[in-house]
Amino acid sequence: MTEKKTRVLISKLGLDGHDRGAKLVAHALKEAGIKVFYQGIRHTINEVVDKAIQEQVEFIGMSFLAGDHMTIVPKVINELKQKQAGNIKIFIGGIILKEQIPELKSMGVQQVFLPGTPLKEIADYVKTHAAKQDL
Amino acid sequence: MTEIDKISAARSEWETTILKEQLAKAPESHEVFTTESGIPVKRLYTPADVAGIDYLSDIGFPGEFPYTRGVYPTMYRGRHWTMRMYAGFGTAEDTNKRFRYLLQGGMRGLSMAFDLPTQLGYDSDDPLAEGSVGRVGVAVDTLADMEIIFKGIPLDQISTSMTINAPATVLLAMYIALGEKQGVAAKKLTGTTQNDILKEFIARGTYIFPPGPSMKLTMDVVEYCFKHLPKWNTLSITGYHIREAGADAVQELAFTLANAIAYIEAAQQRGLDVDDFASRLSYSLGCHRDLFEEVAKFRASRRLFARIMRERFNAKDPASLLFRTFSGSCGSTLVAQQPMNNTVRIAMHALMGILGGHQAIHTASWDEGHALPSEEASKLSLRTQQILAHESGLTNTIDPLAGSYYVESLTSEIETRVTEYLRQIDAQGGMLKAIENGYVGAEIQRSSIRLQQAIDAGEKVIVGVNQYTEEEETSHADQYLHIDQDIDAQQRKKLQMVKTGRDNAAVTKSLKELSVAIDGNENLIPPMIEAVKCYATIGEICNLMRVRWGEYKDPSVL
Repeated sequence: MTEKKTRVLISKLGLDGHDRGAKLVAHALKEAGIKVFYQGIRHTINEVVDKAIQEQVEFIGMSFLAGDHMTIVPKVINELKQKQAGNIKIFIGGIILKEQIPELKSMGVQQVFLPGTPLKEIADYVKTHAAKQDL
Repeated sequence: MTEIDKISAARSEWETTILKEQLAKAPESHEVFTTESGIPVKRLYTPADVAGIDYLSDIGFPGEFPYTRGVYPTMYRGRHWTMRMYAGFGTAEDTNKRFRYLLQGGMRGLSMAFDLPTQLGYDSDDPLAEGSVGRVGVAVDTLADMEIIFKGIPLDQISTSMTINAPATVLLAMYIALGEKQGVAAKKLTGTTQNDILKEFIARGTYIFPPGPSMKLTMDVVEYCFKHLPKWNTLSITGYHIREAGADAVQELAFTLANAIAYIEAAQQRGLDVDDFASRLSYSLGCHRDLFEEVAKFRASRRLFARIMRERFNAKDPASLLFRTFSGSCGSTLVAQQPMNNTVRIAMHALMGILGGHQAIHTASWDEGHALPSEEASKLSLRTQQILAHESGLTNTIDPLAGSYYVESLTSEIETRVTEYLRQIDAQGGMLKAIENGYVGAEIQRSSIRLQQAIDAGEKVIVGVNQYTEEEETSHADQYLHIDQDIDAQQRKKLQMVKTGRDNAAVTKSLKELSVAIDGNENLIPPMIEAVKCYATIGEICNLMRVRWGEYKDPSVL
């Protein structure tokens, strides 16, 4: 029996092109044995949601550095629900204020990683929250 | 026995006696010491390490080839660098207020940040712009916004540096039109358009069109300014963003120079002589963490560039040989944890910049790990530069680190390593090829991973991040700049009013003429000036080019 890897989509939505963090996270997850899809920069909400459904990912990780997360994140979550994919877990990272975390969590974001988070912590989060592989 | 032989012999003697004894008692903290970029650093540098450097031909005098010691003969003894704070956010009115505030505070040059929709040629009412209007810079849809931003600021009394790339032609056209309205002739305008599209493909991501047409637009600025804006810096060839994308110091400089070479070749292909335009090119590098490495990088940059210009391009005018720089705090060195500590890092950035001999210096603000700089934080950064300029004695003599065995040795080492990169890029057929085939991206990603792994493993200490951390940090949230969430709507409304009030027949006519010029592969700045004067929007102008040239898509390889 082949082992089924956890599948994660790493995305940059909106117009911001700073992808250093997103690429580092994608690389670290890959190194940790996770199947990673990385879309590159400037994707629309629809493109991200469609890709997530098409690749049957369990998580979407999104990176925000331009202050547009409070506008975009709820729309992604809403779009996922509309397309019957509300079970996909969402984690985000970037320039996000600690004070915004409760609101983001109430929107349905599972985890928020602030600047300076060691990459291992993100890989550990994915592994801990991934569904059991043998189910 | 030469003097160097004597020193080497004495060093061996010291190593086998005094040093050996000490190491036996107490080993050093690390087996190997390196710079931030991984260049090995010796325990001690002596005259033996600089024996291969020829003072007159490698170091020389300020204002003279190869400019290692500085581009001007008197440097800061003549006048200080320009203290340029990068600003621009929210509405045009907000930015105008900030600009006036900074000018009253003694700043001489403005540096303008644009929001992402503007940088990507979208109007504020474009669906793709939602959530980004006025966030990371000011929103400019039409000339009307520029009129507000510069209200009460005569363009002949300031210089304006615009961080604009893909639509640089449009913003320059607006600035020229604005000058005309103020009664300031184009030939008197001073400032800079960043206009460095290659680094957008490499690092920053705000490209619109494919590389070919993008280069054409870059060159339209170079060519137009050569003819009409002799004091305008047409291109700021920027290593800063390459560094921020994860490159090390050597890669930052190598890729910046490789981009410069590509632009110069493109301008020559337009029929310009190197001495026609090279003096209007300026450069920008980052001030990172490692003080000596950064200073050595800045010194090496001037020497390498002067040699490239003379040997490769056969430049004759001494002004063509000058690597004039605007350098700034690398935001990635600032951290969100215990953010007040960033003030110390920012002072170090200013120190590196001053010791590095830059013409303009930007200092970031301590709160940038959380938000755009607040007014107070921005003022503290400007004051930091003023304190160093006036109180520290740093400016009394030129290039004060010259002659340090370590700094001279490191300057030469960086030059050697950069030269090797340039050779590899030439071997691939030049920088455009090296970008397109993924070489440049892969090199940066390699360094980015190396640095992050060193930080995550705790080998590289970042105070407050992986050492000296605090469980409960003092919150400074009340001090951060808050951008009105309603700004999208405000800006859309303003745009609507401009569209209603303008002469739409004139807009249609001017856009038609622009369209003809695009098809005819003409220089697009003249028809753009006409279009912006009738208040055509940046989106309307860029869409014409999108239709004609298509858009570039990130190949998104990991």
